[in-house]
Amino acid sequence: MSKAARALAVSAGVAFGVALIVYYIVSYLTVTPPGVAATGSKPRVHLTLQTVASYGNPPHADWVSYLARNPSGKWVHSTVLRVPSYSKVMVTIYQFDTATGLRNPFWGQPRGTIGGTMNVDGKTLNVLDPDLASHTFAIPDLGVSVPLKGVADDAKNQCSVAPCSLSEAHETVTFSFATGKPGKFRWQCFVPCAAGFPLGFGGPMQSVGWMDGYLMVQ
Amino acid sequence: MTTIAGERMPRHGVRIIAIWLVLTAIAVPLIVLVLGPHLPPPRMSAEAGSQRDANTLMTALLVPIALLVVVYFVYSFVFFRQSGEAILDGPPIKGHAGAQLLWIVLTSAIVLALAVWGSYTLIAGAHGAGGGQGPDPASKPTGYRNALPVQVIGQQWEWTFRYPTYGGIETRDLAIPDHTLVAFHVTSLDVTHSFWAYELGVKADAVPGVDNIAYVKARHTGLFQIRCAELCGLWHGHMSKKGRVLASGAFQSWIAAAKTKNAAIVKYLPKYNRVYFPAPLRRAG
Repeated sequence: MSKAARALAVSAGVAFGVALIVYYIVSYLTVTPPGVAATGSKPRVHLTLQTVASYGNPPHADWVSYLARNPSGKWVHSTVLRVPSYSKVMVTIYQFDTATGLRNPFWGQPRGTIGGTMNVDGKTLNVLDPDLASHTFAIPDLGVSVPLKGVADDAKNQCSVAPCSLSEAHETVTFSFATGKPGKFRWQCFVPCAAGFPLGFGGPMQSVGWMDGYLMVQ
Repeated sequence: MTTIAGERMPRHGVRIIAIWLVLTAIAVPLIVLVLGPHLPPPRMSAEAGSQRDANTLMTALLVPIALLVVVYFVYSFVFFRQSGEAILDGPPIKGHAGAQLLWIVLTSAIVLALAVWGSYTLIAGAHGAGGGQGPDPASKPTGYRNALPVQVIGQQWEWTFRYPTYGGIETRDLAIPDHTLVAFHVTSLDVTHSFWAYELGVKADAVPGVDNIAYVKARHTGLFQIRCAELCGLWHGHMSKKGRVLASGAFQSWIAAAKTKNAAIVKYLPKYNRVYFPAPLRRAG
């Protein structure tokens, strides 16, 4: 092979490698995951979520999960939530899972909500007994953290497959928080609720789409 | 000029040493006087200051060694480059006992001096240099018995802080008073994290079941970055926030406000302890 041919081959290889790296970086920076938009319009929107003890469908039928209701009223298995900036977000979470308790009782106090409170089955609370919590809905970078009361262990008609129906045993938690400037914020559950995983923090607790997600403030 | 096989050769060794000496004489003062004040971390505490001194010294020692390698490489590339198609053997290389001895003695002296200096700084000079020293620190600073204890609790994926001398309150925010010795008691509720307060020069692993103690004394008020320095799961990269060093009066006001803000949960918090084994750790595992 001549020197010119070798130089051309090396150059082509390097260019291909650089192109792949650039493509990866650009894709990473610009990708926007699909999500569920809040209903209503700025400056007051509604987000409706539910938690289920086990998703009941592939690929992980036994994983605990959040679901979100889209503007057409359909439950979607997504944790990427879209809300407008500089708005009041009214959140309703239907809690179908039983209590496992908070590892750190500190998260039993609602924080970052408007009024510093939450409403559980019509009752306004400024703290939840940590042992009664099943999950939390927390957006740490916005200072929002709300404990979610679990369904009693002996409750009748417990939900086994998502999406759960409101005719099944559940707790209803409502609260509101304010958004500011646009941004992408992670949200998560602070209860180690991934049964069967080391320390309760594997699988669904480590996976966006299950017990973690993004709040896309737009 | 030297003579090899009847051919007069320039004294390459002398040239290389001369170039190296000139470059070193220029580079080292620049490292110490110009780059040094910008090396991490900032001098927000005595511990951070000792780390910057160490970084400056190490860089100042490293540069002459790096320059020697680079000068030799570039010189060889320029003067020992063989042109044409023919491949000829170079002159035979012979050992030089004096040069070898000098190299061994010099490098050994540098390493040993650094070990002595580093040990002195770590143990006697900076009392742990802001690093976690485990539950029973080997190097305690003067007045450590009166240090303000602040517990740092790592959990997936957030830091919380407890102040045992202020009713054991727990907060999401970290504030400490300036000119006050603080003893960080770093622990974890789940996996291993690492508490890194960059400007303070504090870095201590947060390990479940371990009370890892690090001392620090902030020199002035201001903000400092808090990071997790141990890959700990999905949101590891988000385990960051800003801490604050406040003047004494402002700190008292802050702690009073924090007590009010977090009052509702206090009755549910476990009694302050050096480590925790919360029930869900067993329940969900």
